[in-house]
Amino acid sequence: MSKNKLNYLEDGGDTPEIDDCCDHCGLPCRGDRVDADGKHFCCSGCRIAWQILAESGLCDYYNIDSGLQVPTGQIANRREYAFLDDSAVVDTLLDFQNGELAYVTLHIPDIHCSSCLWLLERLPQIEPAVLDARLDFLKKQLRIRFQLENISLREVVELLASLGYAPQLSLEDLKKDTAVKADRGYLQIGVAGFCFGNMMLLSFPEYLSINELAAEFRHFFAYINLLLSMPVLFYSARSFFKSAWIALRQKTLNIDVPLVIGMLALFGRSLYEILSGSGAGYLDSFAGLVFLLLIGRLFQDKTFDALRFDRDYRSFLPVSATVVQDGQETQVSLNQLKAGDNLLIRHGEVIPLDARIVDGEALLDYSFITGESEPVAVAKYEKAFAGGRQTGGLLQLEALGSVSESNLTELWQNDTFVKDEEADLVSFTNWVSRYFTAGIILVACSTFLYWQSVDPALALNAFTAVLIIACPCALALSAPFTFGSVLRVLSRKGFFIRHVNIVEKLAALSDIVLDKTGTLTHSGNSVARFESTNGRPPLTEQEKSWVYSLARQSLHPASRALSQLFSSALNAPVQDFNESVGKGISGIVDGHSIKIGSIAFAGGNAHGDQQASAHVSIDGRLRGAMVLRASYRQGIDGLLKRLSGMFSLTILSGDNDRERAQLSQMAGSDAHFHFGATPQEKLDHIQRLQDHELVVAMVGDGLNDAGALKQADVGIAVTESTSLFYPACDAIVEGGRVIHLADFFRFTRQAMMIVRANLAISLFYNIIGLAFAVQGNLSPLICAILMPVSSISVILFSTGMVHFLERSLPELNLQETPAAKGIRHSKLTEQFEERPMTEALGG
Amino acid sequence: MSVMFVLIILSLIFATGFLAAFIWAVRNGQYSDQYTPSVRILFDQQTKRRGDANGNGDI
Repeated sequence: MSKNKLNYLEDGGDTPEIDDCCDHCGLPCRGDRVDADGKHFCCSGCRIAWQILAESGLCDYYNIDSGLQVPTGQIANRREYAFLDDSAVVDTLLDFQNGELAYVTLHIPDIHCSSCLWLLERLPQIEPAVLDARLDFLKKQLRIRFQLENISLREVVELLASLGYAPQLSLEDLKKDTAVKADRGYLQIGVAGFCFGNMMLLSFPEYLSINELAAEFRHFFAYINLLLSMPVLFYSARSFFKSAWIALRQKTLNIDVPLVIGMLALFGRSLYEILSGSGAGYLDSFAGLVFLLLIGRLFQDKTFDALRFDRDYRSFLPVSATVVQDGQETQVSLNQLKAGDNLLIRHGEVIPLDARIVDGEALLDYSFITGESEPVAVAKYEKAFAGGRQTGGLLQLEALGSVSESNLTELWQNDTFVKDEEADLVSFTNWVSRYFTAGIILVACSTFLYWQSVDPALALNAFTAVLIIACPCALALSAPFTFGSVLRVLSRKGFFIRHVNIVEKLAALSDIVLDKTGTLTHSGNSVARFESTNGRPPLTEQEKSWVYSLARQSLHPASRALSQLFSSALNAPVQDFNESVGKGISGIVDGHSIKIGSIAFAGGNAHGDQQASAHVSIDGRLRGAMVLRASYRQGIDGLLKRLSGMFSLTILSGDNDRERAQLSQMAGSDAHFHFGATPQEKLDHIQRLQDHELVVAMVGDGLNDAGALKQADVGIAVTESTSLFYPACDAIVEGGRVIHLADFFRFTRQAMMIVRANLAISLFYNIIGLAFAVQGNLSPLICAILMPVSSISVILFSTGMVHFLERSLPELNLQETPAAKGIRHSKLTEQFEERPMTEALGG
Repeated sequence: MSVMFVLIILSLIFATGFLAAFIWAVRNGQYSDQYTPSVRILFDQQTKRRGDANGNGDI
């Protein structure tokens, strides 16, 4: 990963001159600057990337989107992609191969601007064995066609990685999914629209009541209309019939049932009129209805291509692991790992299963699992849990079980992850349609009975007219357009919702459960502070310079953090420098003995702050300690107060309760707190709330919240960057936007009110139409006007109101990095964040 | 007036051609990515090879 560019403590100390910026990625060069051909680079990865571009004459890359950040070049770890030599893995990754040619689709999270597109599609210029490269920008997918005999998949991936576009290859990517569904939606709309347009044209004589038109033409037009309505009925409208049939079989009513009744009445009556020659029918209205409804479906099925809402542990674990067998290193795919295997884990790699440490110094970063940002040292022969990322040197492990038996994956065996959640959905529209359906059948039948006694010839006519006009198309369009607009508006504000149904659940929330670490606090952005020991004076400038001088002698992360903290101090010569592994460092500066390290090493008693990572003593007296504290997000107290005013608020943390006082002061007295909760306890807590018929939203980030997020009615994942891991969820909120959650919730409630108002509007139109229908005189013209007008006024009201209310939402703050700005400009909804601490640490 | 029959049928056949073109476009994947082509079209077809590779934008 990137080296020496982003110190993980942003101290703002020595801001580099502009000359010191890397000529490839533009980041400031620190430490090991690499010079070549009169240019300088922050690392050899960037130099190689530049060299590849220069040799291929592709240096225009730097000029395309000026001001945007170029991804840092990486020197591929020689073994990192070794698993791509395994032909079984390659076969699952390739889309298609025929011996010579192969197609592969790779997901590349680092794509963020148009120069990425420019460069990646010119891959054949860099490597002739690559024949063709095609990028889908929003999905961040690169589809490559290459000659298998001249280049292997591994070499393609390594080339991409050396340019800074490392593809994401995880276990989950080995499962293929297809995007046929979206295409079928377009086809259905296209066919319906085509038929609708032509039928309207042929129905014009009817609209204009041109009676002098010869009867043969009328019949001719009517039969062509009938012909054109066939694809609409049997192809485009199929999904409505299917959905209504499923609902009826489950003995419930959804909105599709009255729609289908209306459609069948329209079609049946038209068929009768045309075949009997008594009239022209309403087939144009029928096609128009299906066309509008399909557009509504398309609008509500907004998806965010760059986001995945269904990720589980598989996407976090690597595809394979290095196993040592008889002194030989081989890549074994995760599913084939078994207890007793000897694994090799290198710096930056993730431990795929629970294992015992056999050799090496383990410094494991469990931040994805526990949310705790500080790496944990694990001693030899102790257990290391799956999901930990090694941040030290080489590690030798002995597997204790298979991947599915590990602690991490156990949570996914829970029933919550198996159940089908869409099955029990009761939306407002479906709830209304129960009464609606009963209502129209009642009105239709009483109309029939009335006319049966007055004028039997008109009875069937009036009956079908009621069914036609009462077809709740306006109602059916209300929720898709309102919630579809909400989805789009909120995505512009940094809040991404998986599906329109979730908006409705958000509006009905009664309880909010918040995780603390990573949700209320910044994850991976701890702030280092030096806290003086009680009763001792703070460090003077001179003392700081002594500590600084000693600390910079060591490469230990704690020492580096400490030297960053005091980086403004002067450097002084250090004598008798001594580093005791696992304890600390000592030395003599200006004749004073300085010790930095564990509390025992620094000479204090064991009652010191356990959270501190480095204690400092001067001349044998303990003076203080450097503490890494996760900082709360700015404005979080305001959010907590507002949320506890709107909902019943619970804060559920895996941490200990040392910050209880601070939290309860921020959240007010009504909030509940639970500390030290395990992932299972979090899930159980949500379940208990739901047992009391409460609608619960869970807001969390790490894998430890994954169960609770899944169990909750609405699981909201917090992520600093959507290219990082986040668990499966219903909605995703950008880290910086968490404090606006209360506004987002209020917005969904307002949207629900719009849907209710739409119900009134559509009922109003229905009553007007029914007034015509019960009298038995429904002309095709009235039908052709009333239906689209009611639908379109509902669509306009929904989208208009949502966009009017959008103004009350907080604006996105554009004072971010230039890269983030560029992404906003290029309409990408994803925020480019600085590399998180976990990656920057590994330098 | 009977020419109307011929004309309407002809126009429908003609229109079906467009429907077929639409179906072909959807099947061809032209609707699966609606954003990237808008960026791609702005690049010059043949970028001139620059003598010096000195271009780091204005970062």
